[in-house]
Order: sequence, then C-alpha cells, then structure tokens
Amino acid sequence: MRELITLRINGERYEVAVLPHRTLLEVLREDLGLTGTKHGCELGECGACTVLLDGVPVLSCLTLPLEVQDCEITTIEGLEEQGRLHPLQETFAELGAAQCGYCTPGMLLSAVALLRQNPHPTREEIKQALSGNLCRCTGYTKIYEAVEAAAERLSAARQGERQPNAALQP
Amino acid sequence: MLRLPPFRYLAPRTLSEATRLLAEEGPQAMPVAGGTDLLPNMKRRQFTPAVLVGLRRLRELKGISGSPDVGVRIGAGETLTSISNHPLIRAHYPALALAAAAVSTPQLRNAGTIGGNILLDTRCNYYNQTEFWRHSIGYCMKRDGSICLVAPGSPRCWAISSADTAPVLVALQARVRLVSVRGEREIPIQELFYDDGMRPYTREADEILQEIWLPPALGWRSTYLKLRRRGSFDFPILGVAVALRREPDGRIGDARITLGAVASHPVEAEEAMARLRGQQPTPTLLQEVATLAAKRARPLDNADLTITYRKQLTPIYVRRALDLLVEAEQGSGAE
Repeated sequence: MRELITLRINGERYEVAVLPHRTLLEVLREDLGLTGTKHGCELGECGACTVLLDGVPVLSCLTLPLEVQDCEITTIEGLEEQGRLHPLQETFAELGAAQCGYCTPGMLLSAVALLRQNPHPTREEIKQALSGNLCRCTGYTKIYEAVEAAAERLSAARQGERQPNAALQP
Repeated sequence: MLRLPPFRYLAPRTLSEATRLLAEEGPQAMPVAGGTDLLPNMKRRQFTPAVLVGLRRLRELKGISGSPDVGVRIGAGETLTSISNHPLIRAHYPALALAAAAVSTPQLRNAGTIGGNILLDTRCNYYNQTEFWRHSIGYCMKRDGSICLVAPGSPRCWAISSADTAPVLVALQARVRLVSVRGEREIPIQELFYDDGMRPYTREADEILQEIWLPPALGWRSTYLKLRRRGSFDFPILGVAVALRREPDGRIGDARITLGAVASHPVEAEEAMARLRGQQPTPTLLQEVATLAAKRARPLDNADLTITYRKQLTPIYVRRALDLLVEAEQGSGAE
C-alpha cells in the first residue's frame, strides 16, 4: 500500500505517495524527476547514486524513503546557489575532472561533504573521502586536483568575507 | 533493473515494540538497521521478507560509553563511521576502530551499523549473485538449491564469514546482548556463531542484537589487518585480529589471535595463542606462532583471488600483526 510522506530535498518539501519497497534513488529519479542522481550498480558497489542525508554521504539506492522523512536530503540539483555553480562544480568543469560525467554527481556530493568537514584536506584525505565513488574513465587525478582547487577557492572566498569585517575592528 | 521485492515496513519507536512486532510477524519478518547488507541481498532475492522492522529510531540501540578500566558499551545501532571515529575506541580498542574503518566505503559506513556488520550474511561467489545468475547455474543450497557449488560432494554450505568487526570482537573477548519477547541473554560473542554457512548465527529470528560490551582494555594492545584486492569497497578475503597483553618483564601475558574470512565463522587460533602465552616474543617465536595460526585457515575457491595466494598470505599477515604490536610496545617503552 502506498504511503503519503513528505521528503525535504534541496530545501523544498515534496509530498510523495511511495510504496515501501521503492528506494530513494527510484523516487528521486522516477517520481520527482530529479535525474541528476545517477543510477549505477544498485547494489552499493559504485557510488553513482550518492546523496547527502543531513550533510552525510549515503547511497540512495540502499535508502528507503520511509526512513528519511526527518532528514534534509541534498542532491546534485541542490548544489548551485542563486544560479551560481558550487566552486567544486566550477573546478570540475575547468580542470576536466568530468569525462563521461556519470560518476560526477556522486563525486561532487562526497567532495562537498568532505570540504564542509575539512576545508583543507590533504591528497590522502581526498582519496579517502572519494574512496566510495568509482570513476571508470579512470580520471581520478584530475578529480583530486579539482577538489584541491575548489578548497583553495572556498578558503579565499572565506578570507574575502572576513576582510571587510576585520577592517571595521578598531 | 534490480528492484526490491515488495514488503510491508514497520517503524517501531521502542525496543520492546520492535521485539513484539518481530514475534507477532514471525519468521517472514526481518529487522533492518542500516540496510547496506540486507537491501542488496533482497535485490538479488537472497532474502524476500514479507515484513521489514526498521530499527533506526530505537534509542536503546544507540550510544558508546564507558572507559578503558571498566569496559565499553556500544549500541548495536551505532554506525561504523561513528565507531571508527570514536576517541575512546581509537585510543583503547584500536583493532575495532581499524576494522570499522576498513568496511566497504564511506557511504556504506555512514549507513551501516556495527550490529549489522556482526550479523552480516555469509558470502560466497556462487551465492552473492543476481537471481538471474543463480537461476542459470541451478542455484546453491544456501538459497533455492540443494547442493554446494563450491564443494558439490559436501553436505554443508561453505559460505564465508566476511565481517571485519567480527574477528576483532572475538579477539577483544566482547559480549553481546540479544533481546526478544522471550527475554534477554548476554553471551560471549563466540557463542553467536555457528560453523555453518547456511545458518551462521545462533540469533533467533525474533531476537534483536541490542548492544556489545567490550571488557576493560588496560594493558592490552590490539590491531587488525585486512587482505582484499582494492583499498576500498571489497569484503575481506582474510582478516587478522590480534590482541596482546604484556607482562612488566616483557613476556606475553595473554594473546588472542582470530582469523576472519577463512571459514563460515571467525576462527580462533588456539594453538598459536597458547604457544605465545608466558613467552618472550622473539622473532623466531613470532614466526612459529604465525605459521601455527595460519594452519587454521583452509580457504576454498569461493572468494576473490586464488586459494594459493590467500593461503600463502595468512602467516605473513599474522606475523605482520604480531610485529606491529610487539614493536609498538618496545618503541613506546614499558608501560
């Protein structure tokens, strides 16, 4: 029997009637039209369907919507702000970190979670954070470089924000 | 497309409500915590429960508390990420932090729980396949078939215990508490396991694994080494958990060596442990102990890499684990 539930996705509320055995991946893509989340192995072995639950990366192919009604869900569609791409999206595009692009949404969400928790990760920490996302074009080096470049941009932006405030101090 | 088979989903709010639901629904119901093992298995039709009882909301399954001198209680619903990051576990039960951090990938550790890892279904190359694949080969005795495809003459199933945390918890001499409407029982974790790929756990269908108790850690050092093809994703094809307690004069006071992924249950290397007790850990002795421990590993051709390789690596991994602990002690001076 379908159950009417509310999901909070990218800051918006969606009412959906779901069957208990539908996964979050299926509901996102097939019921809500949010096809940015990619459908890969469906068994937890690739990371293409990664989304954030309250900021934490999990696999939407192994998540039941009924269990995440209390969570804030972030998908790739929720990364841009006011029409501006997230710095990670910019650096992925500029540095060629996306080849075929299929793993990219999952990579980006894992990287967003990493940079929120650790704004200056080492190369090893980036590898660890992305170790659940497979890229079969084997473009990992450019992906790591893009995460490093985005970390620098975010840190420069934060300093830029701090500067005017600092100037106000006596 | 690999879709989940239909089921009813129940979301109890307390542990007693959950045990009551499991008892009422009977064996057609299964508990689900993180879902990282059960849901893929359901997609492959290895399990087709009519009812899932969600354990996510149960506060009784949460929390990590205690100290190295009295021991530590871990709620079975804690995620592998929270266990691998917990300061108390990292400092005093490092083997457990290492094993939790070695499970699969960050995404699965963020969802998967320690209770679920302990009760991971046993694995086999002929079993962890889609329904289509298993149908084409005639199924195996663990699900839908009648023979073991690894050892067709064998009366039993040889699916492998593949949980990283299980051998560690055996080496740390943990106890576990199981709760049902019939009551509760606290048992040494060894008593949770059967040497049977088809029925690997003594847990009854109506029981919920509530918590894990680690004994006091004072004086103990521990580590865990994992063999697998890739640095993430893969299940262990060998896990080596070692815990040592040294005497003030440097002799080994007590030693626990447990092997994972070499049988249908975590295997204790009793002979090797006995050989270490009361001895000075000389390189010759450690090599002898590693060889003795490796005799307990009899891999079959139902996991990744070749049997020969897995067999050859066993004494090497045991020796490395022993060396790590002995050197750490000597490096940091007597404690």
